[in-house]
Amino acid sequence: MNRYPVWKYALLVVALLVGIVYTLPNFFGEAPAVQVSSGKATLKVDASFVPSVEQILVKAGLKPDFVEFDGNSVKARFADLDSQRKAQDALIAALNPDPNDAGYIVALNLLSRSPRWLTALHALPMYLGLDLRGGVHFLMQVDMKAALTKKADSLAGDIRTLLRDKDIRHAGISRDGDDVSIRFRDAAARTAARTLLLDQLPDLQWKEEAEGSDFMLTGSLKPDAAKRVQSAAITQNITTLHNRVNELGVAEPVIQQQGADRVVVELPGVQDTAKAKDIIGRTATLEMRMVDDSAEARAAETGSGPVPFGDERYVERRGTPIVVKRQVILTGESLTDAQPGFDENHQPAVHLTVDAKGTRIMRDISRDNVGKRMAILLFEKGKGEVVTAPVIRSELGSRFQISGSMTTTEANDTALLLRAGSLAAPMEIIEERTIGPSLGAENIAKGFHSVMYGFAAIAVFMCAYYLLFGMISTMALAFNLLLLVAVLSMLQATLTLPGIAAVALALGMAIDANVLINERVREELRGGASAQAAINTGYERAFATILDSNVTTLIAGLALLAFGSGPVRGFAIVHCLGIMTSMFSAVMFSRGLVNLWYGRQKRLKSVSIGQVWKPGASAPAKA
Amino acid sequence: MEFFRIRRDIPFMRHALVFNVISALTFLAAVFFLATRGLHYSIEFTGGNVIEAAYAQSADIAKVRAAVEGLGLGDVVVQNFGSSRDVMIRVPLRADLKQGDLTTRVFDALCKAEGGAVKAQEGAAAQGQSASRQVCAAGAVEPLRLSSSEVVGPQVGKELAQDGAKALAFVVIGIMIYLAIRFEWKFSVAAIVANLHDVVIILGFFAFFQWEFSLSVLAAVLAVLGYSVNESVVIFDRIRESFRRYRKMTTQETIDHAITSTISRTIITHGSTQMMVLSMLIFGGQTLHFFAIALTIGILFGIYSSVFVAAAIAMWLGVKRDDLIRASAREHDPEDPNAGAVV
Repeated sequence: MNRYPVWKYALLVVALLVGIVYTLPNFFGEAPAVQVSSGKATLKVDASFVPSVEQILVKAGLKPDFVEFDGNSVKARFADLDSQRKAQDALIAALNPDPNDAGYIVALNLLSRSPRWLTALHALPMYLGLDLRGGVHFLMQVDMKAALTKKADSLAGDIRTLLRDKDIRHAGISRDGDDVSIRFRDAAARTAARTLLLDQLPDLQWKEEAEGSDFMLTGSLKPDAAKRVQSAAITQNITTLHNRVNELGVAEPVIQQQGADRVVVELPGVQDTAKAKDIIGRTATLEMRMVDDSAEARAAETGSGPVPFGDERYVERRGTPIVVKRQVILTGESLTDAQPGFDENHQPAVHLTVDAKGTRIMRDISRDNVGKRMAILLFEKGKGEVVTAPVIRSELGSRFQISGSMTTTEANDTALLLRAGSLAAPMEIIEERTIGPSLGAENIAKGFHSVMYGFAAIAVFMCAYYLLFGMISTMALAFNLLLLVAVLSMLQATLTLPGIAAVALALGMAIDANVLINERVREELRGGASAQAAINTGYERAFATILDSNVTTLIAGLALLAFGSGPVRGFAIVHCLGIMTSMFSAVMFSRGLVNLWYGRQKRLKSVSIGQVWKPGASAPAKA
Repeated sequence: MEFFRIRRDIPFMRHALVFNVISALTFLAAVFFLATRGLHYSIEFTGGNVIEAAYAQSADIAKVRAAVEGLGLGDVVVQNFGSSRDVMIRVPLRADLKQGDLTTRVFDALCKAEGGAVKAQEGAAAQGQSASRQVCAAGAVEPLRLSSSEVVGPQVGKELAQDGAKALAFVVIGIMIYLAIRFEWKFSVAAIVANLHDVVIILGFFAFFQWEFSLSVLAAVLAVLGYSVNESVVIFDRIRESFRRYRKMTTQETIDHAITSTISRTIITHGSTQMMVLSMLIFGGQTLHFFAIALTIGILFGIYSSVFVAAAIAMWLGVKRDDLIRASAREHDPEDPNAGAVV
């Protein structure tokens, strides 16, 4: 009756092993580290940078545990916080001689100390939330109005092109606020324009007015089109932020949309918050303009003449100056993709894909300007830099390539920059929270200790009250805790301080299942059932109750998960997982142990479950 | 060891009226305090003032905290950020103090703690016009500087409050549906009424004592709701089983029997959970403190509401054996010696 098939035991053993392996990384702790990454959109950090970093550190008299390149940045791990600080100072002094023009970002970070074989198994330590590890939390507000303004600007450009294509004369296109106004000299032109624009630009609605002797046509975005623009803006900004933050090499950044127009950026483990702010605040925008190659422009480039009116002077990546026209042809908004590759001469190139509107613009521009150069500019912090200025070889369509004097790495870089560099609307930081790791270390220590002491107290009580069954219950509890920690580590779920509290709560509730079972078995024994029957019935009867009660608690956990954010979410994740592991461990694991111990004894007379007090007897019956 | 040597069924339901009246009164008191005093929301809900101070030497966080707490501005958070010389102080917003005044007050207190005094210093601002700024001077030294002071708006708070309310609604509806399916609608209503009353009482305590209501406390309150329903479910399950087994007892006797049978399990479970929570209260530190308090109150009132109130309400709603034993014609209880008998 109380026998478990072998496969169930096998399952339990496997679960135990998995639990142990995946819990182990959490005990290795973390070590302070320094991380070097690129501070300029055009500077690159790669594996060849490692020896230079090593040299700087050796010169400063520091001995890092290791210096390695992790795909994005160079990381150097140290044994203690002091060396970490010294290393950071040394690296900053050596790499950024001019603090106002910082080429590299040297940030503090934390790296796990687990041995390589564990990491190879993807056994990673739990992701400690902001309150436990410390880090930075930014809340960024997307300027939706600016998104709409930008959209209006680009619409003005489109309208200009459309009207010119169809040869409809107008007296000026301007943008005021979020609307675009077009002047006409006569009503016929206006009507023609209106018909055309209604057809070509379905997102706009038009109003006709008269101003003085001119006929005005004012267009504004339809409300749902405006909404679409705004949500597209925030989505694009989030993607850009992802790319930006990944450059910083912070492990597990959290970037989410919050509400209709806000973005949350959480960077745990980053102690150098000024740098993090710097990175996130970098809002590089992309523009494409024609290069002016007239004689005056050439003169301006070499510095022998002034910059002509309608042009601006920028510096190309290698330092050569370029004069470009002021009018923006295309912005990064139209770019849908940028991939590195090769052109027909097997030279490194970047393949760009633009959307439909961009296609039209590119086609027109390239048709009229074959042989001329088009510059791609990246603006950061208000300063512009020309990434490349290739020659237009032929008429371009929706996919075109930029090639010429690029190495493969430069092609990769440019593609990355172009992919990452487009913000649809400006963002600013409205909330910033930092927490130092000292508080984190205290909190986590206190939290863990309280859970441990509570566990110990419960264990003592259970063993005293239920004897052997109590010990089995305690082991089931320990198994539960092990599984819970392992699952959290596997899922890389966030452990926050409320999460630790949820672990404690889950343990307290796991006790419920065990107590239900034990009390039920006692009751059966009290009622006179045989020992084996008592165990069997006890478990069966208790299971229905355990199921019901756990499901209701699970509902509460799921609600918190769905609607909570931040620490509440951390709590909810652990809560839900805790319920599931507790069901597994209380029902299957403890039954397995009981079956192992008692199952085979055919003539089982009594079980060690503490005193089974029988009412109605003059002296309490001994179990 | 057996703590619960109960020979006879304890007649809980006889005193059902008294229990329910007490619980109704506590509930009303809680609602009253919530309405009049309101909850003392933490900085996450209200937003607050974040002040950054840069010290010339390593800052002694404990001293800083003592200095700021002495101002009596409510719960403040003081921590290092960046280097050991930079301190971040978070103070909740107050209706009666403007942000500027609040900052000045805090800066004053910090300065005094360093043995200095705040003076206005004339200087030239960026554009060359003269401007005065507050400087803390202790003799010739400037022990600390005010780096920045910014307001963290409550914009974040409103959404969280809405989300919390949605979560609560979802929990209530979900649990009601589940209980209606597993047991019967009368139980579902009884359970929710009894357990919501738990939640409101916890909130009432927090309103009365003006303890800080933070996100963790909200999580604890929602967890208590689930936990307390858990409690009721165990008892209802037992009631259902007793209805099946003991066909001769009246409803009231059946309920009494069910509660008495489970009292041992109830007390032991709650005791164990309470041990864990107690450990958190004592050892868990400031952050877990109010969380543990909310849980303790929840556990205690959870026992009360599940044992006395939920079952009583179910009884008053008129729960009968037939409600729970819908398929009794087909089901045969294996323990029932009269199974299959036909008269």
